[in-house]
Amino acid sequence: MELKIALAGNPNCGKTTLFNRLTGSSQYVGNWPGVTVEKKEGRLKVEKDVIIQDLPGIYSLSPYTLEEVVTRDYLVKEKHDAIINIIDGTNIERNLYLTTQLMELNIPIVVALNMMDLVRKNGDDIDLDKLSRRLGCKVVPISALKGEGDMVLINEIKSAAMANRAKEALHVFDGSVEHAIAHIEESIESLVDKDDLRWFAVKLFERDEKVIGDLALDGSLMEHIESHIADCEKEMDDDAESIIINQRYTYIQTIAEACVTRKRPAGALSMSDRIDRIVTNRFLALPVFVIVMFMVYFVSVTTVGTVLTDWINDTLFGAWIQPAAQSALTTAGASGWLVSLVVDGVLGGLAAPISFVPQMALVFLFLSLLEDCGYMSRVAFIMDRVFRRFGLSGKSFIPFLISSGCGVPAIMACRTIENEKDRRMTMMTTTLIPCGAKLPVIAVIAGFTMGGAWWAAPLTYFAGMIMVIVSCIILKKMKMFAGEPAPFVMELPQYHVPSAKGIGIHVWERVWSFLKKAGTVLFLCCVIMWFLGSFGVQNGALGLVDTEHSFMAAIGGAIAWIFVPLGFGTWQAVASSISGFAAKEAIVSTMGVISGMGAVSGYTGSMDTAFTAFFPTTIAAVAFLLFNLFDSPCLAAITAMAKEMGSRKFFWFALGFQNLLAYCVALMVYQLGGLATATVAFGPWTVVALVMLAALVYLLFRPDPNKTQRGHVAIQGAAA
Amino acid sequence: MGTLKDVKVGDTVTVKKIEGVGPTRRRIMDMGVTKGTRVMVRKVAPLGDPMELNLRGFEMSIRKADAGLILVE
Repeated sequence: MELKIALAGNPNCGKTTLFNRLTGSSQYVGNWPGVTVEKKEGRLKVEKDVIIQDLPGIYSLSPYTLEEVVTRDYLVKEKHDAIINIIDGTNIERNLYLTTQLMELNIPIVVALNMMDLVRKNGDDIDLDKLSRRLGCKVVPISALKGEGDMVLINEIKSAAMANRAKEALHVFDGSVEHAIAHIEESIESLVDKDDLRWFAVKLFERDEKVIGDLALDGSLMEHIESHIADCEKEMDDDAESIIINQRYTYIQTIAEACVTRKRPAGALSMSDRIDRIVTNRFLALPVFVIVMFMVYFVSVTTVGTVLTDWINDTLFGAWIQPAAQSALTTAGASGWLVSLVVDGVLGGLAAPISFVPQMALVFLFLSLLEDCGYMSRVAFIMDRVFRRFGLSGKSFIPFLISSGCGVPAIMACRTIENEKDRRMTMMTTTLIPCGAKLPVIAVIAGFTMGGAWWAAPLTYFAGMIMVIVSCIILKKMKMFAGEPAPFVMELPQYHVPSAKGIGIHVWERVWSFLKKAGTVLFLCCVIMWFLGSFGVQNGALGLVDTEHSFMAAIGGAIAWIFVPLGFGTWQAVASSISGFAAKEAIVSTMGVISGMGAVSGYTGSMDTAFTAFFPTTIAAVAFLLFNLFDSPCLAAITAMAKEMGSRKFFWFALGFQNLLAYCVALMVYQLGGLATATVAFGPWTVVALVMLAALVYLLFRPDPNKTQRGHVAIQGAAA
Repeated sequence: MGTLKDVKVGDTVTVKKIEGVGPTRRRIMDMGVTKGTRVMVRKVAPLGDPMELNLRGFEMSIRKADAGLILVE
């Protein structure tokens, strides 16, 4: 017989570790609340006909967060045979709060009391028999990390699932509340399943918006129920929602007092607290934060990561594989286009995704270390104040930092941001920070326009940061990113020593899924870009041609008019920008090829004359640089974004936003900057630029339409 | 009686009432900040916001704006 078991519990209670142990599936274990947003299923390692359903880590079954609604809908509708409720033994009170709610679902429950090794280490004692009696269900002591108690848990959950469902509901509330709930039960008896009666009655008592909406009770019935709630509220002098929550906690407190003996006096400092005294100390927190971030950046982006990436690109592929393939094919007598297809198209296309692997692996290694040990929550704690100002989470700092190295791991690093809107907004804006591959463009244009002034590169980073802030403020006021303010009420979990195996599995999973999904798309895109860049129609025949006759040049020429108001409406400049979609460093090499200077990677004085064909004026070159800094990132980053956004709508919106933003900024800089330096005459485009500027200022400073609404609700609520 | 926002670091107070509406209020209460709960203000973040609380044996961070909804004494 097949059994379906649900696994439910708070965030940070070791749920994912237990899930991995039970099912043998390798999956991520983190410390950041809400990491298990997607539902995961697995079969029991020892018995394949038992299915374990991993549910999101939640604190409550309230109707407000997505994770909570997913979980409760799932539990009410799916009718599992049993629930394993995993509880952090070192934090029984808050963990049992969810238990009291799960018990109303009338599904057999077994409580897995996790972290028993830590409980023992702290010298605390939990009376398991008493706890089991008081809760009315089996309590199994386990340690998911050390693998203690797995088999006992499996046996208990199986017998609970197979036993008769009928179970005395846990009555945690006072007489008068129970009285009101009994009345509500009576009045909806015919409308809901008998097993779910108490669940619905309690939710109606709480005036749960979702349940009221789903049940669609008629007016007189609703009035009848409302009168019972109001009577009870009057008697208890509190609102229904608070009454329920207070009484759950009161009930738990009596259980905890009876069953748990603590060695440490309340409020005494644990090991974790002592670490926090330094790490989030008023004066030391920022220096510690800077050191940690510098190390992450230094190792994964500037030193080890870049060395490995360059080695894969230049040595492994550039010096070994590609020349070897070329000579092998040439000796075999392959035609020129086939050699080019294999060497530049296929192998070049393969090198692109593979070369990102070392950087990504390192970034994920650091991210999972930071998450698993508990520091990531502290990052949010320390940086919240800065990032909240423009509507982001404190954890957005990490993607922005990594993005100055490479946008691909930066987009992937957004996963640590729990709020979906914050996450999407960070993904959209993080590539506005110039990445390492944009440095050659910056160097070349800075050399061309400013004689290679040292402050040119820092200036572009600064411009990038300003663009991020401007974009976030504008986006946050849009309807699609507004929504309810994410309450920043966050647990700061205890520090843990991370498990090497868990981190290894996690890094491998991330890298592998990137190679599989982004890798295939990226590979195809690279082949297409190769085709466009190397093929064309010359002398009436389709074939391998020089860049200036390629399809890319033709496309560049065809759409060059779009860029006329930006000052660089020349096919050369446009074709170079298009090549930037394959990889941003390709912009400069394409410029070199088109201008007949061959392969170039940095600025030389001889470029000045060569690039006058590209840019009629200096300000046009600046506009070109800005456009290429802020437009949609390279294909690798775009594919990563498509995968991570998890929504077509948001993905296309992001692409549109990035390109529109880049276009507008470049246009304004060219027209207004040109006017100021007397290189561009006043014309209709100047007016357009001024209108754009006005629109930008309006979008930036207009009052938040969603905020006023929220404030209104709050005032109404306070008056009620 | 004042709000939790103004409690000095290191002080322990008792929650009297939670004001406000909707998700934030519910979330605060779901995390165990209920009437009668003893809450210790552990520290304030280096930039002055949010604050870290110790209650029911765990550490929680809350923004000062939200802490202003919690009446304590």
